[in-house]
Order: sequence, then C-alpha cells, then structure tokens
Amino acid sequence: MSHDLTRLSASALAQKLATREVSSLEAVDAHLDRIAAVEPDVHAFLHVAADQARATARAIDARRASGDLTADETGAARGNGSELAGVPIAIKDVLCTIDMPSTAGSKILQGWVPPYDATVVARLRKAGLVPLGKTNMDEFAMGSSTEHSAYGPTHNPWDLDRIPGGSGGGSAAAVAAFEAPLALGSDTGGSIRQPAAVTGSVGMKPTYGGVSRYGAIALASSLDQVGPVSRSVLDAALLHDVIGGHDARDSTSLRDEWPSFAAAAREGAATRSLKGLKVGIVKELQGEGFQAGVTQRFEEAVALLTAAGAEVVEVSTPSFEYAISAYYLILPAEASSNLAKFDSVRFGLRVNPPGGGTVEDVMSATREAGFGPEVKRRIILGTYALSAGYYDAYYGSAQKVRTLIQRDFARVFADVDVLVSPSAPTTAFKLGEKLDDPLAMYLNDLTTIPANLAGVPGISLPVGLAPEDGLPVGIQFMAPAREDARLYKLGATLEALLEEKWGHPLLSEAPDLAPQEMFASEEGAV
Amino acid sequence: MAKPELMDYDKALELFEPVLGFEVHVELNTKTKMFSDAPNFFGGEPNTNVTPVDLGLPGSLPVVNEQAVKYAISLGLALGCSIAPTSRFARKNYFYPDLAKNYQISQFDEPIAFTGSVEVELPDGRLFTVPIERAHMEEDAGKLTHVGGATGRIQGAEYSLVDYNRAGVPLVEIVTDIIYGAEADAPELAKAYVSTIRDIVVALGISDAKMERGNLRCDANISLRPRTAPGEPPAKLGTRTETKNVNSLRSVERAIRYEIQRQAAILAGGGTIVQETRHWHEDTGQTSAGRPKSDADDYRYFPEPDLLPVVPSLELIEELRAALPEAPVARRRRLKADWGFTDLEFQDVVNSGLLTEIVETTKAGASAQSARKWWTGEIARVANQRGVDASTLVSPLHVSELIALVDAGTLTDRLARQVLEGVIEGEGTPDEVVAGRGLAVVSDDGALIAAIDEALAAQPDVLAKIRDGKVQAAGAVIGAVMKAMKGQADAARVRELVLERAV
Repeated sequence: MSHDLTRLSASALAQKLATREVSSLEAVDAHLDRIAAVEPDVHAFLHVAADQARATARAIDARRASGDLTADETGAARGNGSELAGVPIAIKDVLCTIDMPSTAGSKILQGWVPPYDATVVARLRKAGLVPLGKTNMDEFAMGSSTEHSAYGPTHNPWDLDRIPGGSGGGSAAAVAAFEAPLALGSDTGGSIRQPAAVTGSVGMKPTYGGVSRYGAIALASSLDQVGPVSRSVLDAALLHDVIGGHDARDSTSLRDEWPSFAAAAREGAATRSLKGLKVGIVKELQGEGFQAGVTQRFEEAVALLTAAGAEVVEVSTPSFEYAISAYYLILPAEASSNLAKFDSVRFGLRVNPPGGGTVEDVMSATREAGFGPEVKRRIILGTYALSAGYYDAYYGSAQKVRTLIQRDFARVFADVDVLVSPSAPTTAFKLGEKLDDPLAMYLNDLTTIPANLAGVPGISLPVGLAPEDGLPVGIQFMAPAREDARLYKLGATLEALLEEKWGHPLLSEAPDLAPQEMFASEEGAV
Repeated sequence: MAKPELMDYDKALELFEPVLGFEVHVELNTKTKMFSDAPNFFGGEPNTNVTPVDLGLPGSLPVVNEQAVKYAISLGLALGCSIAPTSRFARKNYFYPDLAKNYQISQFDEPIAFTGSVEVELPDGRLFTVPIERAHMEEDAGKLTHVGGATGRIQGAEYSLVDYNRAGVPLVEIVTDIIYGAEADAPELAKAYVSTIRDIVVALGISDAKMERGNLRCDANISLRPRTAPGEPPAKLGTRTETKNVNSLRSVERAIRYEIQRQAAILAGGGTIVQETRHWHEDTGQTSAGRPKSDADDYRYFPEPDLLPVVPSLELIEELRAALPEAPVARRRRLKADWGFTDLEFQDVVNSGLLTEIVETTKAGASAQSARKWWTGEIARVANQRGVDASTLVSPLHVSELIALVDAGTLTDRLARQVLEGVIEGEGTPDEVVAGRGLAVVSDDGALIAAIDEALAAQPDVLAKIRDGKVQAAGAVIGAVMKAMKGQADAARVRELVLERAV
C-alpha cells in the first residue's frame, strides 16, 4: 500500500485524502519510507523533517475528521475545489523555512535556520501541504547538475551515474524517484525546467512576478522565479495556484488577478483539441548541438500538436544567439552583490583567520572557506563586469541584449500563441563529465535562459526517452508574460495525448531503485 | 598629532579663492524605515527595531516607503528642483560591517530630484543663491561602537559592536553644485546654508532636524584655488577635502574657516592637499585626516533589481507643490514684518540660527519680542559658554512656559534665569523647577508687609523723607525688603506697598 501511495499523482492522492480513503499520516509515512529506501542512492534531500511532517499530517487528519479544514486547505479559497491538505511536498533548500535549515546548498549557511518562512512556504503550509524536507541543489543555484552542492551531488533516478540536472536537481529527483509527489523549485536560467527535462518530470517557471520571491535566497534578483515541480501538468498547476499571486513583501510581484491554473490544466486534458492555437518552433533553439534522440522525440511531439489541430510554424529570434553571453554577465553581476551579505557578521559560518585579524580578514577567511569554486568564479566575474570602466562594455551591453531578446519575444508573440523548443540540448550527462568545463556546463541552459531574460513563463514536460540512451527528453513551451494558464492548458493536452499513446505516464518506466520486500515489511506498520 | 600650521584668515583669502560644496543628509521622520516596516526609531536596546530586511537576512527583500518618497519629492520641490518622472534606486556596493547587505540602497544616475537652487541670507542681509545639483533617497547604515583603544575610533579598537536599529532609516541626501563666489563669507555661507536647509525641512515637517542627534548631517567639501591677475584665466580648481562629523551649525562655520586656513598654509608652503575625508573635532577646533577619498572609488553601482522605478504621478507632484510652505527668505521677510523687529534685531535672530526656535516659541504662546530676548540673550549666552547650539539646550515649549511665568509675575527676570538654568540641567519643566528650587516670587502681601514694616522701623530717617514727599527715598527700603525676601519678590509691588505703609 505504501508503494501505491507514493506512485499517485498529487491530485489523485488529494482525492483519496478528501474521501478519507487514506490519511495524511499514511501518505507522509509512505513517502518517508520511500525516502529512507532510495536516499542512499539518490541523495535528493539535504534535510528530512520526518517528525515535523508526521505531526503536521496528524493535525490535518484530526481537523479533517472533525470537519474543520480551512478554506485554504480545501481549496475553496482558490475557487477551484483543489484540496491539497495533507499532501506531502519537498522544498528546494534555497527557500527559507522557519523550522528547517536553509542552506542554499552552501557551507556558508550550514545549519542556518531562518527566523521566517518564505512567502511560498507560508502559503503552502496554509493550504495544508506537508513539508517533508529540503532538497539538494547547486550552491546558491549556480549550476546545471547539482554537482556544485557543498553537500555532494544528487543522482538521476533513471541512471544513478548521471546528473539530475540543476540547480534544482534535488527537487526533480525527489519527484521522479517518488520521494514526494510535489516539490518547489527556483528557476534563474532553467533550474526548474532543465532538471524536469532530464528526470522525466514536469517543471514550470512562472511569469516573472507571478510568484513571490520573498524568502527565496537570491541568486539574480531580476531573473529568479519560484515555481512547481511535479509528475503531471495538473499537479504543477495545483501547486502554482497555491503559491502564486501578489505579495506585498516583493516589490516585483505582479498585482494581477490570476485565473485558476488547475482549471486550465483540467480543460486542456479534457478537450485535447488545439484548434486555433498557433505554435512557433524557435529556429535558434534546435539543430546543431542537439542530441539526435532529443530532436527525434521533440519532432514527434510537435507532430502530435499538429495532429491535434495546432498550426505549427517556424519563427526566428536572432538575439537568442547572445542570450547565454548576456546571461553570464547579468547573473554574476547581480549575484556578486546579492552574495555580499554572507560576511559572517550576522549569521552563518564564521571563520577566524589564524592569529585573529580585522573584520575584513574575518570576512575574507569566511568567504574563502564558505563558498565553493563555482560561486567564487561567478562573484569574480560579476564584480569585474560591474567595475568602473567595464560597466558599459559588459553589464551595459548585456542589458541591451536583454532588451533585444525581449523585443524578439514581443515580435514573434505578435504572430504565434506559444513558442516551442526542446527543454535541453541533451539528455542527462554523466556525473563529472562537464565539471571541469564551466562553458560546456553553461551551454546546457541555452534553451531555457531566454525566458528568464524576458520574464516570460516556460514549462517543461516529458516527451519520451531518447532511443540512443533511454533517458528522458523534455519539451519546453513558452508563452507571453502573464499567459501561464495557456501553458498549463497546452501542456495538459500534450501530456494526455502522449500518455494515451504510451498507455502510461513516462515515469512508470523509470527504474524502481528500491527492493520490493522493503515495502512488504512496512505494510503492517501502516 | 602635531599642531598643524594655519595661515591668517585674511591673508589666506588674499591668496586663494575658497570653493565650496556640501552634502547634507536629512533623516526623514517617517513612521517606518525606508525599506522595511520596522519602526523608524533608534536608540533603545540595540538591534531591537529590526526586521529580516534591516539585517539583510538571506531571502529578505526591500519595499519602498511611500511616505518617504513623498517627503523626498516635497524636499526636492522646496529646493527648486525638477522631479524626475522616473527615478531609480541603485546598489552602492562596499563591504563594511555597519552595512547589513554590504551594499547600500541609494540612487545613482537617476535621482528623484535634480537641478535646483536655494537662496540663503548672509549675516549682512545679502542673499546668496546656492546651486543644488540633486537630492536623492537612500537608507542609513547601522551604528558602530568601537570598544577598547584610546580614541573610540576603529583604529586600535579591540572589537566593535554593531547596532542595526539605525540601519534602513530613510535619508535624503542633498548635494550642491560647486559653489563659487562665497569669498571671505565662506564660513558664514556654510552655516547659513545648513541653517536654511534645516528651516526648510522643519517647515515641511519631514525631519526632526536635530544636528546633535544626527538627524541632519553635513559633509563640507572645500578647496582653494590660487588667485590670478585680472585678465588672466582663472586657475584650475584645487584638491578638495571633505570634512565630516560636523554636528552643529557652529561647527560648520568653524570647520570651513579652519580648513581654509589649514589648506592655505600647506599650499603657500609649496605642499599639496591630499584628497581625503577630514574628521572635525569640536573640542580642539581642528580637523584630522580620515580615509583617502579618490574620485575613482568604485562602488560598482547598478540598478537595484529588487525595486521598481519610482514613477510619481504628475497629480501627486502638483499636490505636494501646492502644499509647500513658503521659501525661507520669503518667510523671514514675513516674520520680520509680523513681529515688528528692527533690522538689527531680526538680523541678530537670523545670524543666531534660532529663527525656528523663536517661531516655535511664539506658536507655544509667547510674544515674539520675549522669545527673541530669551533665545538670543540668556540661552545663546549659556550655549556659547558651553560651546553647543542654543537649540540643544531647551525646548521652545519650555521657553514659552518660562516667559508665561514672567508675564504672570510669578518670576522676575532674575529668578527666570535661575529657572532656565534648572531646565537646562534637566530638573524638569519651568513649573517643576520653580517648585523644586522654591523660586517663585512671594506674592503674599502679608509676608511682604511684615518685611516692609520691619525695614521702615529700622530706617526711621527714610520713613520721614517719604512722608515729606521724597518718594525716591523709598529705594533704600525696597532694597532692604528685596534682600530680606532673597529676591523672590516683585519690586514694583514692594514699592507700592512701601508707599502705602509709609503714609
């Protein structure tokens, strides 16, 4: 039974909870068992809060038994009847949690427990979701493989020798390895979408400003966006409904009234017709450098779109060629400033140099010991890019490219409703393969970065396994800013068509990782 | 520190032209801080008026205080500035432990207000127009206390304590353009300028403007350039110093005068001025070298990505413009007429920098003449003796209460001075000091009559003279009575009673 509960989608589990067929405590225990079984192999979590999760689950079960669930917990407050109370969730370690350490994968924050919850965490608690723990990530979200975590890499559930993507490899792997039905991620240049693609899960980067950044430890403030990770489009939409919307604590948060994303996903899965939808294939995000199997599965998915009535055209966005260059100036510039606060004075690690020293000596020693090589690399890059005499040539030019990219998006969105591309150029590469070649690592985010630079939403969902390596391939859709619902609707349609074709969700083909008898022995305990 | 050589002031002016520039920081008295909802109040237990935002905790984000923006716009308008349709916050990056995020949120190339001017009045009544380059919004840093070491400064300290209560307090920094032509009046102009800024922010009600508390802080830039013969082009501008820690109007004037004399001596001796900050020492009346300050200081400014541009509506700007108080010079002219002061009396008030105090004292009920007399007289005298600004000694409300006691006959001028002393010493309100020190005039006729009868009896010759109609002889008796009453009697009443009793 435990095994079955972890295999359920969040929406299916929520239904069983609502009818009291299963309790939240049963669901949480099942996931904690699964975590215990597979974590030695996967290492998706940096912290598991088993006791807290069980206590939260018990409290929700008690309230449900006495009919005392709140409007937030039953989904009535969101107007979509999506009851998520009691559903377990994993939280990327970049998000502040008042009851769990929040390290952003860095030594410099080892053991730091924030005195507050990130807004998204507060909102998911209010909705009755049960945090299981914090997931692994590249240090300060800098990376595409989680190999830059100060606490060791996460392994891809499809092949433990391979990377789970990054920076949110922990969240994606946790979901793909059935350790949690839902997870929160953050996406600065693809950190939700690329891990989703290489683990066969679903990841959504919302419109910039759609989800509060308050309590998300900042990498690059103008690019960061928190979003959902799941095993189905509907589940991502359900979670987005919970965490999204205006937050007065984040000045860049939009004041829009958002439609129900879950409703959009349900509509997309039900109608399965794409008549009237115009899809643009981005010329610059395909071809050379893309793995053959990736291109093959991508083209098959596009054919499904056409078959469902969509009009598919090719569009060109020439500025995308410069996206990575601009990104690797803007991101390090903002990061160099955002990470200045890690100085040992108020929180986190403090390293006293031998024989003592001035406050500057202590700051230097702390930052030397506390930051990993990739973080130092980007701080140095960013500091240089912002320096007097270089600002115009680097940061200034990068901002101009950003404007050109925004214009390219605006131009093509005047003609098409959504853009489509592979989510990543390749399937999951081997651990260690690109660790010594930062540029090769950076090229991984080629497809995902433009959406961050323009602030538009992007979703990645699985479209099959590459024939040559049997590893998951993802497709990315992008929509104009504020049109997140369009992505959920389209994503749910394609997902339904694909699963109809396969006869099951892609992730059911993933290796099981844990011996079956483990669960048999747990049966009695439930 | 060797005592630096100073050139005679007049000689310095003969050889060099002083060129000035000021940066005045005004702390706004909003309810909450610039970017957080912590109370805008410092003092009290260290690190209590702080939120995650003020401490720069990971994940925290700033939100702009709307009231502070309105105050900044009002101040910009009062300085005759244009208000930017779009202005932007920027990060000024540098590592220092009083700066929680290791960057300060300020404004850089897109300030909220730019290009204005303010008219100030020199001691001789001449008007001088000070050009304003810009006024921009920013957040204050925390406060460092250096423990151990002799000087209380960071050099030589054993350790330092940080109090972030002040971190995030809203500031507007007013930056002047280069000021030419002040000539020998440079020190007086400096004082008049800061005093005028103070008058403006007090009239706007946007700051408590107490220099001694750091609500208003002035960094004074000064350089000297050699004079050239008539017809020749002017010499290049000299190297400037920036004097900090100038915590009173009096210090502003003294510091400028000092720097002119110090720089002149160095230049005349063939030396060069080091571009640096100078630290003003109120006690010694000198400046000492701070940190070197180069134009190439690299703060790696870039637009603050956590905040949106500030885009005030035209309606808001016009609404704030309509609500502006009158300009200081116009206000002075009106006050002078309203109060009926002579030119000399009014100039005295302006030069004392106590206009605001006198206005506040009249608002609390005192007559303008009495307020003037107390502020520019006894209070200014005590302030001068103690080397502080008069405004720091006593509040306008207490001065007004003191004047009311004199007007009611409860105190004589002499007693009132003693009461004032008590108020300055912190013994309470004038009423409380009167009670505490037992200083009220004896208004009980019975006690006075007894003393008078005794004095008359002791001086029968005087009594006889009075009875003969030689009224001026009463003086001797009045004196004796006042002495017996230890001065706590109203001399006029005593005189009346003496004449009554003598009949």
